[in-house]
Amino acid sequence: MAAITIEKIEKSFGATPVLRDVSLDIADGEFVTLLGPSGCGKSTLLRILAGLEVQTGGSIAIGERVVDGVRPKRRDVAMVFQSYALYPHMTVQENMAVPLRMRRLSSIQRLPLIGRFLPGTKAVGAEIEKDVMRTAKALGIGHLLGRKPGQLSGGQRQRVAVGRAMVRQPAVFLMDEPLSNLDAKLRVQMRAEIKELHDRLGVTFVYVTHDQSEAMTMSDRVAVMLDGELLQVASPREIYADPDDRRVAEFIGSPKINMLEARVRDNGLAEIAGTSFAIPGDITPGISLALGIRPEAFHLVEAGGDNILTGAVRMIEHMGSDLYVHLAVPGTEHPVIARLLAERAPQIASGQTLHLGVKPERLLLFAADGHRLRPHDHASATVLRMKERVQ
Amino acid sequence: MSAHRLAPPSAILRHAVLLITGALILIPFVWMVSLSIKPPGEIFRASFSFWPEQFYGIENYTKALTNSPLPRYMLNGVIVCAMILALQIIVCAPAAYALAKLDFPGRNLLFAMVLIALILPHEVLSLPLFVLGYQVGILNTYAALIFPYVVSPFGIFLFRQFFKTIPDDVIHAARLDGLSELAIVWRIMVPMALPAIIAFGIFSIVSHWNSLFWPLIAVRDQSLMPPPLGIMVFKNGEAGNDYGPLMAASTLVVAPLIIAFLSAQRWFVEGLTGGAVK
Repeated sequence: MAAITIEKIEKSFGATPVLRDVSLDIADGEFVTLLGPSGCGKSTLLRILAGLEVQTGGSIAIGERVVDGVRPKRRDVAMVFQSYALYPHMTVQENMAVPLRMRRLSSIQRLPLIGRFLPGTKAVGAEIEKDVMRTAKALGIGHLLGRKPGQLSGGQRQRVAVGRAMVRQPAVFLMDEPLSNLDAKLRVQMRAEIKELHDRLGVTFVYVTHDQSEAMTMSDRVAVMLDGELLQVASPREIYADPDDRRVAEFIGSPKINMLEARVRDNGLAEIAGTSFAIPGDITPGISLALGIRPEAFHLVEAGGDNILTGAVRMIEHMGSDLYVHLAVPGTEHPVIARLLAERAPQIASGQTLHLGVKPERLLLFAADGHRLRPHDHASATVLRMKERVQ
Repeated sequence: MSAHRLAPPSAILRHAVLLITGALILIPFVWMVSLSIKPPGEIFRASFSFWPEQFYGIENYTKALTNSPLPRYMLNGVIVCAMILALQIIVCAPAAYALAKLDFPGRNLLFAMVLIALILPHEVLSLPLFVLGYQVGILNTYAALIFPYVVSPFGIFLFRQFFKTIPDDVIHAARLDGLSELAIVWRIMVPMALPAIIAFGIFSIVSHWNSLFWPLIAVRDQSLMPPPLGIMVFKNGEAGNDYGPLMAASTLVVAPLIIAFLSAQRWFVEGLTGGAVK
């Protein structure tokens, strides 16, 4: 049982900064996902948590105890690696027994040949075997104990890796993209199993992934990282519907959020590609904004006008339940993507002109620097002033 | 079955070249075995035959084993080779692990020094080693035969290359599982690098079993001599021109190596190419 406090962690490799001022509090028993594209520093942060890398600055506490400089094995954390990192020369049973043997047997008892004749070794050994068996059974790999990793499928290896981490009942589970080597179907299945494991064990999970669907489905909270910075930490719903930063909005969601460059004309009105949009809040005229519109925020309307985007259909993607319609809107750089119900399919043809309406409350406003402008902010000036104070 | 088959003429040519080179290498061995079972009269006969008219093998081999302390030489060979190999692995594996997987200042410089040591022939060092051995007072003991070979640059190099191919995650997992760095070397790295260890073992044993130059310098006592040196002494001293027993002794000396090599061939090849292909 342990909460984790990450405080102002900095890390650089040589002159290259990898992590910049990362702070994060993780509650006991929480499932937190570090989400970001490859190279954003999320794995480095996890390794620092595990004690496999040393931070350049900042401090980490696991369950009240500051663990800076504490060796990995003394941190009471277990880790599942992307490559599984099983020991290929040992059987599944031996693989899973390693962490227990290292903890429960003395160094003399672990000696080959001599060790097994020392008093106590046999009893401890039997206990280890029992614990391994119990964990293996819980994961459904009880029948594989005698095999070596080379004889197992990807999914089975994955379970062994989880088993090896689980068997010693750590306070914190660290998972570094554990599902990325599995095929799509198995990934979905393992996703559910890991979530279930978290519910059953009730210990803290820190999960690293670049796959947003994993992050969204499994986590209590998602921490979005980009370029070594923590951009937002919030529940999956909030991350999607209420992003703090343009980069978060663009990273989360598939198809990607539509970003339309706009100029604020009069209070409450913005101009996009020649049409006026009513925008929430009270924003100073003259400044440039980006309007974020999720593909599903659009609805079809009969005719053009204010608050409506008009364009020609460039491409239609049938996804089964949904229809992704790519619309070339004059004056916008990228095609606008709308997610419509599949029933609409017969009415839409390539080349046809469509009118898409959007409700003002579904608009996400971002300032030129990527910062989110919220409707309840009184004016952009307030936001800017607040930012100055922070800096 | 190979992916592409050669046209018959080029296949024949290729096999002919292989057979001829193979034969060139094999003939001295076959000749040695053939001489070892011939009576003295037949050895110097002008006519050419591999198989003797009169089988004289038992006499030659008995003479080889009884006229010289050949079993003693072979025992020396076993003791010296086993000790060298064991100590080499004990020294080289941790050194190679440090060079392959640990990050410390001066690592590249140290590795460069290993490479330089790899280039130097061992003979260059024999005079300093002889002086050193004299100063320490271990000349004419087993220690003199063993100690100069304990640190093997080739072993460090080979192990390092193999250890490099082992993913870092395995080491990280081991650290989290609670293994110390030395435990990682012995419980994880060495078992995973077994093909390289076996390949190195064969190299080490073959070269030290056959080594003549350094033992010639280091030991005087017949009871300490390894097989090749023993045979040389045997030839000069007692056998004279008695080539039958001499060849029998040579055959006996090479036999263990051939058996060892054939039985470990699979690993041997894998160990030398393993890092390169993967």
